[in-house]
Amino acid sequence: MAIPQRPQTGRASKSAASHPPIFRVRDLHVHYGDTHALKNIRVDVPERQVTAFIGPSGCGKSTFLRCLNRMNDLIPVARTTGQVLLHDQDINAPNVDPAALRRHVGMVFQKPNPFPKSVFENVAYGLRLEGGVTKDEMHARVQEALEQANLWDEVKDRLDMPGTSLSGGQQQRLCIARALAVRPDVLLMDEPTSALDPIATARIEDLIAELRQRYTVVIVTHNMQQAARISDHTAFFYMGELVEFGATKQIFENPRDPRTEAYVTGRFG
Amino acid sequence: MLFLFLSASVAAVATVGIFLTLVLNGLDFFREVSIWEFLFGTTWAPDFFPRQFGSVPLLKGTFLIGIGASLIGVPIGIGTAIYLSEFAHDRVRRVVKPAIELLAGIPSIIFGIVAIFVISPLLQDWFGAPVFNAANATIMLGVMVIPIITTLAEDALRAVPREIREGSYALGATKWETTWRSVVPSASSGITAATLLGFSRAIGETMVVTLAAGLVPTMSLSFLEPTQTITAFIANRAAGDLPTGSVEYLSIFAVGTVLFLITFVINVIAQYVLARQRRRFG
Amino acid sequence: MSRLDLSGIDPRRKRTDRLARAALAGVAFLSVALLVALVGTLVVKGAPHVTKTFLTSYPSRFPSRAGALPAIVGTLLLGAVSMAAALPIGIAAAIYLQEFARANRVTTLLRASIGNLAGVPSVVFGILGLALFVRALMLGKSILAAGLTLGLLTLPIIIVVCEEALKTVPRSMREAAFALGASRWQVVRHHVLPYALPGMLTGSILALSRSMGETAPLILIGAAVYIGYMPGGLMDSFTALPIQAYYWAQDARTAFHDLAWAAVLVLLVLVALGNLTAILLRDRYQRRYKW
Repeated sequence: MAIPQRPQTGRASKSAASHPPIFRVRDLHVHYGDTHALKNIRVDVPERQVTAFIGPSGCGKSTFLRCLNRMNDLIPVARTTGQVLLHDQDINAPNVDPAALRRHVGMVFQKPNPFPKSVFENVAYGLRLEGGVTKDEMHARVQEALEQANLWDEVKDRLDMPGTSLSGGQQQRLCIARALAVRPDVLLMDEPTSALDPIATARIEDLIAELRQRYTVVIVTHNMQQAARISDHTAFFYMGELVEFGATKQIFENPRDPRTEAYVTGRFG
Repeated sequence: MLFLFLSASVAAVATVGIFLTLVLNGLDFFREVSIWEFLFGTTWAPDFFPRQFGSVPLLKGTFLIGIGASLIGVPIGIGTAIYLSEFAHDRVRRVVKPAIELLAGIPSIIFGIVAIFVISPLLQDWFGAPVFNAANATIMLGVMVIPIITTLAEDALRAVPREIREGSYALGATKWETTWRSVVPSASSGITAATLLGFSRAIGETMVVTLAAGLVPTMSLSFLEPTQTITAFIANRAAGDLPTGSVEYLSIFAVGTVLFLITFVINVIAQYVLARQRRRFG
Repeated sequence: MSRLDLSGIDPRRKRTDRLARAALAGVAFLSVALLVALVGTLVVKGAPHVTKTFLTSYPSRFPSRAGALPAIVGTLLLGAVSMAAALPIGIAAAIYLQEFARANRVTTLLRASIGNLAGVPSVVFGILGLALFVRALMLGKSILAAGLTLGLLTLPIIIVVCEEALKTVPRSMREAAFALGASRWQVVRHHVLPYALPGMLTGSILALSRSMGETAPLILIGAAVYIGYMPGGLMDSFTALPIQAYYWAQDARTAFHDLAWAAVLVLLVLVALGNLTAILLRDRYQRRYKW
């Protein structure tokens, strides 16, 4: 099937050499209590590309996403074994502080979750944690983040308004700006548009296409068409296993595994 | 069915009844005492001649002890609530929470007895305080309001949705930073309501202040001096026999009205604040 | 190429986190410690004086012969009267609000007034009791007047507790009954009420414990300072443990202070027994209905 793809801005080359892996995952297993949620995951996530995780509900794609910034640590019954290397450092090593990791690997959630604070304070939240940022710098960083999230023009006169007073799509872009403000290397997105209307969704998809110039984006989506539209690489998960990983074009037009083919042709969802 | 409706209305009828009782008798009081003197006079001496009915000392006593008790109860109560809601292991929760509920069930007379027989001697020894003083009552009332504040504040904190915490952690915040910068602000309405209701309970309490705070209403702001609150005045006055219609009898209603109005307004504000919190996250 | 330092955030932030955890745990521990200290003080000071004489005698000018018998009986009687008055009204009110009331202004007002009544200081209830029951209705300084006043005071608690009990009735039970053609009243009377009644009663025991501990309304209504006989009827004068303790505590002779400790210890035991019974019963009924 022919896939309409978004025009690639910036570097169009898709060769592996220009996008070395930023994450290298080996032998990753995750257990929730007795449930074996992720089995033996092995994958390299390329830098400054958009990688999509697709698969039916409950296949483990969100669980794997949360491994990349150790958000699974917050779940008491979750146990993770295996290696996740971020720029050759094992993020699960005992001397690694998850809080430090999450400065480099940001996350945007399915339901927009702005804090009950002003637009400005939402974006500045991460910056205030570190401290040592002057007032002028703060304003500059907040503006930079909001511009990168394509939200600045809409809120520049409303920075003191509560974040919750924005529309759904705007709130999600606010959450993206909030994540970008700390200048992470990676932006993880867990079904970021599933709670939004089609117009807001389209705006965020445009945004993701732009973000790949600066950031590595990993997006979990249950919407295959979205994955096909915006991602460079796609990983298909099924029942806790990573079934197939490759260039998006290849996954959708020429899947190697029969399960992948069955899923992308819509035989099950 | 009508019986059911009437039963449900008893509370409303009672509230109106209380208000009417207080106000109607209060009006009789103000036939004899000028309302100006009552509201602004700084001497409350119903038993001396000439009699004076300036309520400011009683109000001062009430608020001094109420605010003092809140200064003790609010930090401990909210701190305990934060700990229970965000940090405590299950095993610890199962001990602390019932302990708080037990504390809530202890009758106020017990706090009063401890105030006069345990706290007072201590303050006399350490600070040379007189037997009756405001601090006795303030300390015990502070402890007494901890459970109310803890329970309400904890409910408010638990009601904060998980997504708020996740958003904060995802930005690299520590647990304390997440709690203090995102969870507590989100629960601010409920925590405010908890504080207000704790304060309201403290100023409405009678036995502790009657037993330990003193019999003489003064304008002094010192905690180490005796003072009398509205509730203590009512209890002391009523302990003797009061001829109906006498100005001493009626003075109870006048100050009772003031107390009722203050707690009523605080409670209405607290309920409004709680409703706003429920609307936000309900 | 690794330019990332993942080993830690600003150590000041880590230190703040650790300090905060310790401080919060300390505060929570303090709350528990205060409870233990309170109860401990009571036991230490009061237990030695809870003697057989104390439990079976009447008050006396002589501390060694004084007892709290009428006070204990009075407390129990007052509890019974207040429950007898408040329980039917409270249950009825809860049933109305949960099962029959529509979501309109009147209902909001009713609920608001229940919430407000809960916050009225106990001494104000005493004033109402004095003006209404003692004087206007001419019940005098009687057990009845005091019991009615205490009943009114605990009414909001009972209503809340009964509503909670009604809320636990599974919707499926109601729906099944309606589907069989029962009227709303029949559903309530034959299905909802029997299911919720145990929960209502056990919860009301908590209200009972609360009313047994109240003192201020009793002072206002005119509890007797010295009762040399057992109350015979509802219109008799009364005394109660909190009142007895209050007057003993104010006695100039320190020997009576010991008796005050004993009295409040007995009171606490009664209240604790009440709460414990309520909790145990609640657990038992919760388990029985888990299907």
